[in-house]
Amino acid sequence: MTALSQLFEKTRGENRAALIGYLPAGFPSHQECIDAVTAMVEGGVDAIEIGFPYSDPVMDGPIIQAAADLSLSQGTGAKEVFSTLKAVTSLGTPAVVMTYWNPIERYGVENFAHSIAEAGGSGVITPDLTIEEALPWRAAVKKEEINSIFVVAPSTKDDRLAQVTAECSGFIYAASLMGVTGTRTSVSSSAKDLVTRIRKVSTTPVSVGLGVSTREQAHEVAQYADGVIVGSAFIRLLQESQSMGEGLIRVRELAQSLAQGVRR
Amino acid sequence: MTVNSSQQSEILGHFGPYGGRFVPEALIEALDSLTAAYESAKADPTFAAELDHLHKTYTGRPSIITEVPRFAEHAGGARIILKREDLNHTGSHKINNVLGQALLVKRMGKKRIIAETGAGQHGVASATAAALMGLECVVYMGEEDTKRQSLNVARMKLLGADVVPVTQGSKTLKDAINEAMRDWVTNVDTTHYLLGTVAGPHPFPTMVRDFHRIIGVEARAQVLELTGKLPDAVLACVGGGSNAIGIFHPFIDDTSVRLIGLEAGGSGVASGKHAATITGGTPGVLHGTRSYVLQDENGQTVESHSISAGLDYPGVGPEHAYLSDIGRAEYQAITDDEAMQAFSLLSKTEGIIPAIETAHALAGAIKIGRELGPDSTLLINLSGRGDKDVDTAARYFGIPL
Ligand SMILES: Cc1ncc(COP(=O)(O)O)c(C=O)c1O
Repeated sequence: MTALSQLFEKTRGENRAALIGYLPAGFPSHQECIDAVTAMVEGGVDAIEIGFPYSDPVMDGPIIQAAADLSLSQGTGAKEVFSTLKAVTSLGTPAVVMTYWNPIERYGVENFAHSIAEAGGSGVITPDLTIEEALPWRAAVKKEEINSIFVVAPSTKDDRLAQVTAECSGFIYAASLMGVTGTRTSVSSSAKDLVTRIRKVSTTPVSVGLGVSTREQAHEVAQYADGVIVGSAFIRLLQESQSMGEGLIRVRELAQSLAQGVRR
Repeated sequence: MTVNSSQQSEILGHFGPYGGRFVPEALIEALDSLTAAYESAKADPTFAAELDHLHKTYTGRPSIITEVPRFAEHAGGARIILKREDLNHTGSHKINNVLGQALLVKRMGKKRIIAETGAGQHGVASATAAALMGLECVVYMGEEDTKRQSLNVARMKLLGADVVPVTQGSKTLKDAINEAMRDWVTNVDTTHYLLGTVAGPHPFPTMVRDFHRIIGVEARAQVLELTGKLPDAVLACVGGGSNAIGIFHPFIDDTSVRLIGLEAGGSGVASGKHAATITGGTPGVLHGTRSYVLQDENGQTVESHSISAGLDYPGVGPEHAYLSDIGRAEYQAITDDEAMQAFSLLSKTEGIIPAIETAHALAGAIKIGRELGPDSTLLINLSGRGDKDVDTAARYFGIPL
């Protein structure tokens, strides 16, 4: 069982949702990303998603696009992604990598899964890999005993929902709305409907992402989901802060506040 | 050899190892309904009749063929025949696909279309179809391209479309596609993404190809009638690859006919500043499909370079990747300078100003004509006219504006 799966057993026992934080590797810089993730964990984030920045992030809104561009301009590649992952898992925190498909294919499907396991990672979130194209990936993930996390959306029909969620382990990533990543003023009502439909076909934990940025939103989502995913809100704090010191303080505060939110 | 690419692609959208769907799950439902709508339209004679009517009464099909002997003197004396897609309404082959998809949009009951454009030809064709059919139209265009092709930006606006300049990344076609995909994920209920080439997730590579096959079907019959035999080679420029696959596809089983795609070599493939995706790229995934991609060792897309906005794309349609791998089609790179010389030559010898995209195919014909000699016949897809390129060409040749 991966550290991620163990986390969901624990949080279910504690009658709360897990808080999952996202940050792209190499943002704002290689070391500062590790510092920021550390601050997130200190503030109460339970698990981390390390983003592999990609040149053509069609699922991402302006905040994550800008973060990925900055990271890529500093030369972030697979090596930096895995060393960041290693730094996070060394804290004893469950961590996964989130990446568009092409960097995995370029690295080599089996090698990628192997490097994840080697860095102590629990799995990989693949937002643009469809189950039809995932055969080699599923084999690699199985061999390395890591989790494969696919994303489902409000538009996903019930029969397909059953197929996709059957391929998920660790958790199922439920996109709260039809759209790209970013902060929103409210959590879309489609999130709850989607989770309800997922519960009918799967017992795997469900985490909700896209648009969650406040304690109130986290609390609302925690009523029906096993995990709450927050990305753009952390990134925006780092982008807005005058100094890294200020950024780390604000990131830790947001993590603390969200961590209270996920308690039911 | 039988290359049963169409049969394969109808099932999963695969061409050998290429094609498929690499998209957010949020789009699967839209792609499935599009596939279903397209399959049902294909089986419906009224759809074919409607499209045929538009071809005849709106686009001006069939497009003619023109033999160009004065140009051919510079191409080893080969017999050279142009398929005149430049004479279509809106000035390029792009209208064939746009009208087909726009009719589908009406069948699907959607009211809004979005499109990406590089040279602006696909944007203009989309804006035109939207005006004709009463649809809302938003066109995403890289900021760099809005400057290179400002005439077409004005045309789109006159036609009532919104043109959104894209300021991310390289500010060209690739980034326009990213923005269009983001819009589509967000508005998929009401909106159809009218993709302008044979790339992207299934069903686009198959469907867009089918809408352009008419080019090759007509041209094959026209050349047979004119010369009594099949051409020795068929040539077309390749950006995403829609005009090329349109003219190639009906010749695929004619194994004596060489199929030659001309990619944008920019400053030369060796310089790294080019858009010759098959010649200089490697297999990978971009914009929802597996094909050749210009990418670095981390799988990041590398910026492409070309004097021609319509070819300035670091990807290519998956069927071309497959045809290249199995050796049924050949792909060569043409530099900016070679293309501009051919642009000038056709203008001065035949009174036809081609699009700079198309000039890459003409430059290829000069090389292949010299290779095959005077007994050979070459068919070239003259994919578009050069009005939109007058600015760029004048600057290139030092003509004061
Ligand atoms: C005249 C013309 N030819 C060719 C192209 C390239 O597209 P494709 O390779 O899909 O035919 C364009 C694209 O803008 C164009 O305007």
